[in-house]
Amino acid sequence: MDICVCIKRYPSLGSAIMLTDDGMAIDTDKLGFTLSPHEECAVEAAVQLKEEHGGTVTLISMGPEGVEEQIREQFAIGADRAIWIRSDSTDVDPQAAAKAIGDAIEADETAFDLILLGSESADNANAQTGVRLAHRLGRPVATAIKGMTIADGVATCERAVGTMREVYRVPLPAVVTVKDGLNIPRYPSVPGRIKARKKPIDEVTGDLDAPSIQLMGLTAPIRESKGAQDLGAGDEAADALVDVMKQIGVLS
Amino acid sequence: MILVYADHDRGELDPLALQVVSAARGLDADVHALIVGPNAEKCVDDLASAGVRAVHHGTNAAIDDYTPRANANAVITVMDRLEPRAVLAAGTPRGSEVLAHVASIKDLPLVTECSEIALTGSGTAEVTRARWGGNLLERSEVSADVLLATVQAHAFAVSEDAGDAQVEAFEVPVTDADLEVSIVERTGAAETGVGLAEAKVVISGGRGMDGPEAFGMLEELADILGGAVGCSRVVTAAGWRPHAEQVGQTGTKVAPDLYIAFGISGATQHIAGCKSAKTLIAVNTDGQAPIMTHADYAVVDNLHTLLPVLIEKARAAQGA
Repeated sequence: MDICVCIKRYPSLGSAIMLTDDGMAIDTDKLGFTLSPHEECAVEAAVQLKEEHGGTVTLISMGPEGVEEQIREQFAIGADRAIWIRSDSTDVDPQAAAKAIGDAIEADETAFDLILLGSESADNANAQTGVRLAHRLGRPVATAIKGMTIADGVATCERAVGTMREVYRVPLPAVVTVKDGLNIPRYPSVPGRIKARKKPIDEVTGDLDAPSIQLMGLTAPIRESKGAQDLGAGDEAADALVDVMKQIGVLS
Repeated sequence: MILVYADHDRGELDPLALQVVSAARGLDADVHALIVGPNAEKCVDDLASAGVRAVHHGTNAAIDDYTPRANANAVITVMDRLEPRAVLAAGTPRGSEVLAHVASIKDLPLVTECSEIALTGSGTAEVTRARWGGNLLERSEVSADVLLATVQAHAFAVSEDAGDAQVEAFEVPVTDADLEVSIVERTGAAETGVGLAEAKVVISGGRGMDGPEAFGMLEELADILGGAVGCSRVVTAAGWRPHAEQVGQTGTKVAPDLYIAFGISGATQHIAGCKSAKTLIAVNTDGQAPIMTHADYAVVDNLHTLLPVLIEKARAAQGA
């Protein structure tokens, strides 16, 4: 099975968001970068499928210099090669992104059986690139999937809805967008990290259409401390907590 | 005219559909609703009395359960005939999936998770939408003849206006390819953490729990308070608790009366899931942990020694 996984580089936010002076972007000067949990699960699923069925795992990532760092991290998990669609920013309009990814997949010599994406990006959460890519490639798609098995050319996909799971059967080749909880991603091994250095990254230039959604500005909802009331520690705190619970009405 | 795509599951209308109707009525008094599939008669009635002018009910003998592309075809059929200024759906996996198909087929932009929508001119709209799980708000201008948007849950209150809409049934055009992906079965309650999203009390643990063992104490406390147990992503990534209990941007978003965070530092990923709690209590050995800035009450102490005492006192208070 040849599997393609689309990954995106995000600033690792930690606990506070600082915006640039013009309020049009996150100030990433002092930040590291990472993937989203959805995408880490997508790569893990691809590597597990490769281990089970054989085949290859190809990563696709779009963005400027730097995306290589996240690509190499996922090489260490077990992906084999990558296509880097070079663009000025990772913040790409979803219509343009799906078209550029579709172009890159069609131009590649591998006929992918399965294309995996996160169900939505951690930053902009447009929740549509996978569906747009499926239409671009003329393939069926299942979205927001939290359980997946592959047998006889069909992906059996489960979507969690409350305590229930909806089951969809998707004939391959297909596009599937997945969610955190699909699996528990492994940590890279030392040999994995050493191999990762030598795995190939093919660079292509993204031909991006003009966006039809124009960002006017970002705001962070109020960040000041709520001024937490200190309830002390030990027995004193336990008594105070019980009082708060009674006050709210969750304890009679 | 504004068209609302309303979802239902085996005949039960998605309650968020009525919020979407509200959002639509804020844009134009002329709102039509669309629902697809068999067993939707009750939903048609619910929608018809929700202040819309017409309800379009699409069916096809080949559709017997949720089928994303067929539903998208139904939206497009009504769009092509009535030329709405906007098509809105709930910001649910199904709502965004159906509109993403519509957007792909019609090559239109789609804005998701909007909390504010304004039609500013012919072919332009301004929206406010959530980024980073609601930790950031984005204002954007959208250029499109038909605005496609999903609406954030609980951003629009259901309006009381009733009405008596006309109901129009129509046949949804489908090809074999449209029917390829649909619900073929449902499996029940495979996950624990039942009712986390609706729980009035959520007792959550993070890295400071130091392993799966101490979660037994959180379960005990949750039992006493009639609440549910939650956790941070660190905990599910380590395999200490099932993913269904994860509170956060990539887990469940909760809005309880009381949220207690034990040993959770307060990364934005987690805050995205618990910031709607009415009262937030943070228990942490680090008084400077970021979670403290979101807390109403703080206890700077070791959770492993505090919890047994707290459980005893809460149980005594409950019994008294």
